[in-house]
Amino acid sequence: MARSDTASLDWEPLDGGGVRLTLKGTLNADSVEGLWPQVMRNLAERKPSVIEIDAKGVESLDAAGMALLFELRAAQEDGKGGFRIRGLRDDLGEMMKLFDPGRPSAPARGPGLLIRSVNGLGQAAHEFVMGFHSQVGFLGEIFVRLLGVLIRPSRLRWADTFLIAEKAGANAVGIVALMGFLIGLILAFQSAIAMRKFGAEIYVADLVAISLFRELGPLITAFILASRSGSAFAAELGTMKVNEEVDALVTMGVDPVRFLALPRMVAAVGVMPLLTLFNMLFGLIGCGLVMRSFGYPVTTYVEEIQQAASLGDLFGGLVKTVVFGALIAGIGCLRGLQTGNSPSAVGDSATRAVVSGIVAIVLADGVFAVVYYYLGI
Amino acid sequence: MTASNAPIIQVRDLTVGYDHHVILQNVAFEVRAGEVFCILGGSGCGKSTLLKHMIGLHQPMTGSILVDGTDIVTATGEERRALLGRIGVAYQNGALFGSMTLIENICLVLEEFTSLPRGAMETIARMKMKVVGLQEAGHRMPSELSGGMRKRAAIARAMALDPKIVFLDEPSAGLDPITAAQLDDLIVELSRTLKITFVIVTHELPSIFTVADRVIMLDKERKTIIAAGRPQDLRDRSDDPWVRQFFNRQSSGEAV
Ligand SMILES: Nc1ncnc2c1ncn2[C@@H]1O[C@H](COP(=O)(O)OP(=O)(O)OP(=O)(O)O)[C@@H](O)[C@H]1O
Ligand SMILES: [Mg+2]
Repeated sequence: MARSDTASLDWEPLDGGGVRLTLKGTLNADSVEGLWPQVMRNLAERKPSVIEIDAKGVESLDAAGMALLFELRAAQEDGKGGFRIRGLRDDLGEMMKLFDPGRPSAPARGPGLLIRSVNGLGQAAHEFVMGFHSQVGFLGEIFVRLLGVLIRPSRLRWADTFLIAEKAGANAVGIVALMGFLIGLILAFQSAIAMRKFGAEIYVADLVAISLFRELGPLITAFILASRSGSAFAAELGTMKVNEEVDALVTMGVDPVRFLALPRMVAAVGVMPLLTLFNMLFGLIGCGLVMRSFGYPVTTYVEEIQQAASLGDLFGGLVKTVVFGALIAGIGCLRGLQTGNSPSAVGDSATRAVVSGIVAIVLADGVFAVVYYYLGI
Repeated sequence: MTASNAPIIQVRDLTVGYDHHVILQNVAFEVRAGEVFCILGGSGCGKSTLLKHMIGLHQPMTGSILVDGTDIVTATGEERRALLGRIGVAYQNGALFGSMTLIENICLVLEEFTSLPRGAMETIARMKMKVVGLQEAGHRMPSELSGGMRKRAAIARAMALDPKIVFLDEPSAGLDPITAAQLDDLIVELSRTLKITFVIVTHELPSIFTVADRVIMLDKERKTIIAAGRPQDLRDRSDDPWVRQFFNRQSSGEAV
């Protein structure tokens, strides 16, 4: 149905400050588009005490046409003016009654900018503290379940666990190895430039090996796991939450923490040390490449590493990765289960899982540094 | 209640399915302008599938579908867009955009197809919300609504552009009987005052007898239409005893 633009209007002053607005033709989206600003401007200028709409000539009326009339009425009511419609065809009048939206209900107005920002700051601080509180609580809860599984291993969903381990671990080997290789290469190259001045290039091997074993290897791997799998855990569990699948689990008497969080936790804790080993190995290969290009034979390089780094360095690093894995999985699952009720909430949860995961990893790393210092590792 | 109107939708020789797996075959029927047309059938028989083909979301395996003069199967992008401006669809699970309020959900459609001023769009949106009885909820997000409210909001959005044809997938499923009855009244009223053609997928027999001018019934086993006509006629004198029994059992439990 072709929409034609054939509406006309006419203003005519009445006695006592009122106006008569004569509308004719087809009031539809196309014609109202032009009329709307014109009518509203006119109305604002005239501020009539009464508007009388002469609608005898209105042939048809669609939602846009009705909206114009309702808007006129609302404007008059705001200005305490009168409003009448005369001569509207009966069927059109009946239709208007059906669609009459009444007074617009304004959306609740928020407080001013200053109050809102102070308010927001307080809320953010509160959320941070409560978030930390719930993270610790949740990790404790998972830990208790974990002990239960140690007593009765059959209570863990092993098939799920292996599937998740494959996704979080085996599929991540490539990226973890590549990152290790590049970091080893870059670190070796950058430090070699400085060491060279002292003729001490051989100590590049010490530097790279120790920093990879103690810090870089575990941290980089944990960051990769947090951004690949922590976010995935949060998104998966969040989607289940939105689809009421988590509620279904609860009503079926299945504990969502045991059913959903525990396999992810076990998988993450299981794959983290292995991934870190890959990361370290490829980091050393990257460093070895640089050393080789400086003319050191491979055997010299390997011996230097053996001398510089102890098993304590290696295992100290690997112990950390277990904790990092637990943090990543725990926070990812917690964020997922805390998801609100809409698709965008799933995205928010995934983002928050990565952010709080990374923060938690760095905090835990700091704690490890202090503890290892006192233990003399 | 209307009988002599011209067909507005013509489905001919239609076979539909997913990946070579046929769901419905040899489907042919017409929907007349201004009538309320219901598609019935058991769960999984292909009602939603048929509906999605009628609005051009999927390509059929064979056959043609003429909607308001446009062959939706062969239509160009522009013809299709023009047609989409004249139809409205409410999906089975609402499909409201979760990041917008209800008013914004409706305004989104209006922005796409008209260039009215923002105030006009919002008034139109509020009018449509009023029709489905949600005038108070315009500034709420879909996640803050009950299931039934979401259904009604989806219908309001389907009517955003004053469509000629409205497709509803199970509008009253999940609603309480009173709200469902109100929805039926609303459909009847809209079809009477606005002359909208409705194509409705539904299970609810009481509502079929209230709203439907004509129905078709699909069957999962036979993969095609097993009955077509006015619901009262099918109940009283269908050739197929199963169809007769189906309508009778449900309505005798309901009426009197
Ligand atoms: N995207 C899809 N891909 C493959 N098969 C599908 C797809 N959507 C639906 N089906 C199949 O098509 C058949 C019909 O599904 P459809 O959704 O049309 O059923 P329905 O009649 O609407 O059922 P209900 O009343 O439960 O909504 C079902 O067997 C379903 O498994
Ligand atoms: Mg369906």
